Amino acid sequence: MSAVVPDPWARLAALTPARIALGRVGASLPTGEALRFALAHARARDAVHVPLDVEQVATAIRAEGFQTLSVASAAPSRPAYLVRPDLGRRLSDDGRAALRAWASSRPEPPPAGEPRCDLAIVVADGLSSAATQAHAAPLLACLRPLIAREGWTTAPVVVATQARVALGDAIGEAMGARAVAVLIGERPGLSAPDSLGVYLTFAPRVGRSDGERNCISNIHGAGLPLTTAATRLVWLLREAFVRRLTGVALKDESDLALVGAENAPTLSRPP
Amino acid sequence: MVYRQSAGQSSFVFADLADLMAKATPLRSGDRLAGIGAGSAEERVAAAMCLADVPLKRFLSEAVVPYETDEVTRLIVDGHDAAAFAPVAHLTVGGFRDWLLSDAAPSEALAALAPGLMPEMVAAVSKLMRNQDLVLVARKCRVATRFRSTIGLPGTMAVRLQPNHPTDDAAGITASIVDGLLYGCGDAVIGINPASDNLTALGDLLRLLDDVIHRFAIPTQGCVLTHVTSSIALIEAGAPVDLVFQSIAGTQAANRSFGIDLAVLREGLAAGRSLGRGTIGDNLMYFETGQGSALSADAHHGVDQQTLEARAYGVARAFEPLLVNSVVGFIGPEYLYDGKQIIRAGLEDHFCGKLLGLPLGMDICYTNHAEADQDDMDTLLTLLAVAGVAFVMGVPGADDVMLNYQSTSFHDQLYVREVVGCRRAPEFEAWLRQMGITGEDGRLAGRSGRHPLLLGLTGEAA
Repeated sequence: MSAVVPDPWARLAALTPARIALGRVGASLPTGEALRFALAHARARDAVHVPLDVEQVATAIRAEGFQTLSVASAAPSRPAYLVRPDLGRRLSDDGRAALRAWASSRPEPPPAGEPRCDLAIVVADGLSSAATQAHAAPLLACLRPLIAREGWTTAPVVVATQARVALGDAIGEAMGARAVAVLIGERPGLSAPDSLGVYLTFAPRVGRSDGERNCISNIHGAGLPLTTAATRLVWLLREAFVRRLTGVALKDESDLALVGAENAPTLSRPP
Repeated sequence: MVYRQSAGQSSFVFADLADLMAKATPLRSGDRLAGIGAGSAEERVAAAMCLADVPLKRFLSEAVVPYETDEVTRLIVDGHDAAAFAPVAHLTVGGFRDWLLSDAAPSEALAALAPGLMPEMVAAVSKLMRNQDLVLVARKCRVATRFRSTIGLPGTMAVRLQPNHPTDDAAGITASIVDGLLYGCGDAVIGINPASDNLTALGDLLRLLDDVIHRFAIPTQGCVLTHVTSSIALIEAGAPVDLVFQSIAGTQAANRSFGIDLAVLREGLAAGRSLGRGTIGDNLMYFETGQGSALSADAHHGVDQQTLEARAYGVARAFEPLLVNSVVGFIGPEYLYDGKQIIRAGLEDHFCGKLLGLPLGMDICYTNHAEADQDDMDTLLTLLAVAGVAFVMGVPGADDVMLNYQSTSFHDQLYVREVVGCRRAPEFEAWLRQMGITGEDGRLAGRSGRHPLLLGLTGEAA
């Protein structure tokens, strides 16, 4: 006879991806569950280290009708990226040059201090390239008609590697954007190694704090749907342009029928 | 002032108290990231030797973060209780370590001392302590707080039931709550980290918690861990808010990066108390902290992350919280690189919080980009239970499917009750027995698919 005491509420497990109704052996986790957990952890560990396929992502984004640029942060490697978030928030010299070249190639540069475009979009690897690879281009496909309807101008989509959220400040500032949206792979979880987050910052410039951003998180297959995320982002952008701010002062009161994922999780560290 | 120390042939100079404390801190990646840690193992010990000779009184005159520009420093300095400090006022940091470990410092003496201690003094002495010292002294500290259950009584350890769901789905959250209650968890709080910041959605979650707690008369409290300004808005809108949550840090600038200051925390406390929802006490603030948050916000003033963490506790204690926990491994490997650093930090945070008079719990946790795993969490959980931790997290299967990190599970708390013998909050313990969830010995009783919680909350026999 098995030593496992089953939990007679196994049907509840269908209601949530959380690990419930696992049963027990004495006080402890049964062998099968302990091994399933170990496998999920091993996969999440591996996911952190797989590099973003920049060309594949950029091609997919161009197929949705956007132009693209690609840049790297100042972090020279994955191990350096993990222990030096400051480097992941700064542009590499090549990246800065690429953005400068784009800015100076504009046919009619606006007067000094005036924005060059409404929205800069950054597609970043963050801590899960799998998330960016899977969800960034499809999310942009949902966004494109909504952006067109609002009449907003966009800069080329910047594909950024070894990137933290705040790299978007440097990119948005260099591009002269009124706001920047950073689509970035969130730290991989055991159940969702491919979760995408979107961080929105009004008037991006180097040195913005995380309290000055709004976040839409948990965008993945079993999480927040792409269409909802796109609708929420446009709602937040519209409010940001009217109120000239993002962050804790901008509460999401969009009251859509679907309950969505808006703000940064408690005490979260953006990737 | 400048501090000097010779150790054999070598001599070391430390620019000021902040520099000395940073260099005396056990190795961690966050201090290295900030460029403030010791340059060698020898320098680290030399700094500890030098720190051991610093009089505790020095901390009253040499602020590590300027008084003029930082309201946290002003809170700490202006709130210092000189009378409570008197018993140790003549000691050096090293002498203070000896006193804490000695029989001259029983539980009552430590409780009386707490208002006389500044966070920086507590951080300093922790840097001279080994892990066993941190466990021993913390175990002597007694801090009890109350709302609908009593947290922190000797021999008890409560659990926050953390039923998070990636889209805040009510049925999914309820399923995790039922699972957790049937595993005997939830006496610290049933606390949801919402995916949403939408006020309507947050109000719905609060009503869900209120309904569960009142329908089954559970002696516990609910919390939706959202920004304090959202909680205030929800209270104004008539939502049933038990605990007011906020992440806090140890400098004014870091708190600003969280979108808060002391004034808004005061507002939050007043708003929460205006509802009068506690039955046996009115401790209702719930704070989370974590080493590295100030550096993460570029607001560290050259002070090491462990000292700044202790200063966050200096903020917390001004608000008579029900619960305070460090989320020790959540922030990532750039601050605490591996299991060894996470375990050390967890013991330091627990010690510092308890000595400052806080009901300190711990989110014993790690992320998937850190060099840590569940074995490290087992070790830290066991150590903290021995040290008398006020509460830990209960996450289904240790896997938080919303925040994407691993913490401690419903099973883990059963394990640690078995090996250490810590009990639940007394009111909750009685409720579990009455509901037939546990037997007289506190162990889980036999399972029925027709338990009232299953029938009442999920609408069907499972």
